[in-house]
Amino acid sequence: MKVLKLTLFLCVFAVTAAFTLKTNDGYKVGDTIEDFALKNIDGEMISLADYEEAKGFVIIFTCNTCPYSVANEDRIIALNKKYENKGFPVIAINPNDPVAVPDDSFDKMKIRAKEKGFRFPYLLDEGQKVYPKFGATKTPHVYIVTKNDLKVQYIGAIDNSARNPDKVTEKYVENALDALLAGKKISKTETRAIGCSIKVQ
Amino acid sequence: MKTKGILLGLIFLGFISCKKEVVKNVESPKISLQTNLQTTVKSYTYEELKPLLEKKDDKIYVVNFWATWCGPCVKELPEFEKLGKEYADKNVEVLLVSLDFPKQVAKKLIPFIKKKNLQSKVVLLDDINEDVWIKAIDSTWSGAIPATLIYNKHKRKFYEQSFDYKTLETEIKNFLKPNILE
Repeated sequence: MKVLKLTLFLCVFAVTAAFTLKTNDGYKVGDTIEDFALKNIDGEMISLADYEEAKGFVIIFTCNTCPYSVANEDRIIALNKKYENKGFPVIAINPNDPVAVPDDSFDKMKIRAKEKGFRFPYLLDEGQKVYPKFGATKTPHVYIVTKNDLKVQYIGAIDNSARNPDKVTEKYVENALDALLAGKKISKTETRAIGCSIKVQ
Repeated sequence: MKTKGILLGLIFLGFISCKKEVVKNVESPKISLQTNLQTTVKSYTYEELKPLLEKKDDKIYVVNFWATWCGPCVKELPEFEKLGKEYADKNVEVLLVSLDFPKQVAKKLIPFIKKKNLQSKVVLLDDINEDVWIKAIDSTWSGAIPATLIYNKHKRKFYEQSFDYKTLETEIKNFLKPNILE
């Protein structure tokens, strides 16, 4: 009887575990986000509330080291250039733990931003408190958020060819921003791309 | 007595619901693992790769998505190599699907295979529209690597995580003996 009970318990446990293990927490499209205060490479603390003029934000979890991030750097710079004046600046956030990835340290972020001439904030998620709230899993990982309601409008990739910019045929983020600016519905609100897992200690 | 009846009933239900997942262990031909070192890597689009992700034979396939530039992927590769060796006679086959940049196959991927003396088969997945095939490979996959798919003709499980040998072996054992009541 004892064995049967144990077996039954194990069976129930296995079934419960199977249903509870893979829960992907974090913001979904339509959710309202919590503002944050993170340190920019110039030492200033940045919050979304600081942007009085903005219509929204292109929040991009990215880093120095991930080849997919590096492959997208010029595209991130171009996005900011095109949409900052239209009210949607880029906010880049490095979610990696600098101890786990020394080349993603705050000092190395400053160097990278200078080399590439970033004209947008490049924030460090110190203590890794912000990226889990977003549910970001990789770099690069884009979230478009509107300012007035702090609602997530888009989650995903920059375009449909992360590895090769010459083969891009669909610019997801630009299409989403153009739709928002025109007051239209975004046709693709969630896309995926390969990326580097976010590094923790 | 009543409790015993209910318990037996539940166990019976559990038994029939798990029954279909029984895996047949068929002897696989012994392969010489030391000699089949790869010096070329075949490039696949998703449509070409798809048949390798849904084979219906008696094997258990362990498909690891990785890249030479991905630190945690490189770190866990030896575990997959070890699994491939130790479970070769138990009908387990490891496939390493590289997501390296196509331009770096000759410069980085092939030298890496040689240097690490990789015995598992390595293929390159080169396909834009990642949005389409990431969701098709598994609806829960965000696209982060390392990621691993384990499947046989009865079931498939997807893991967006890193593995150590113990965890990997536990998963394989679950595939080899899916019915805990047996």
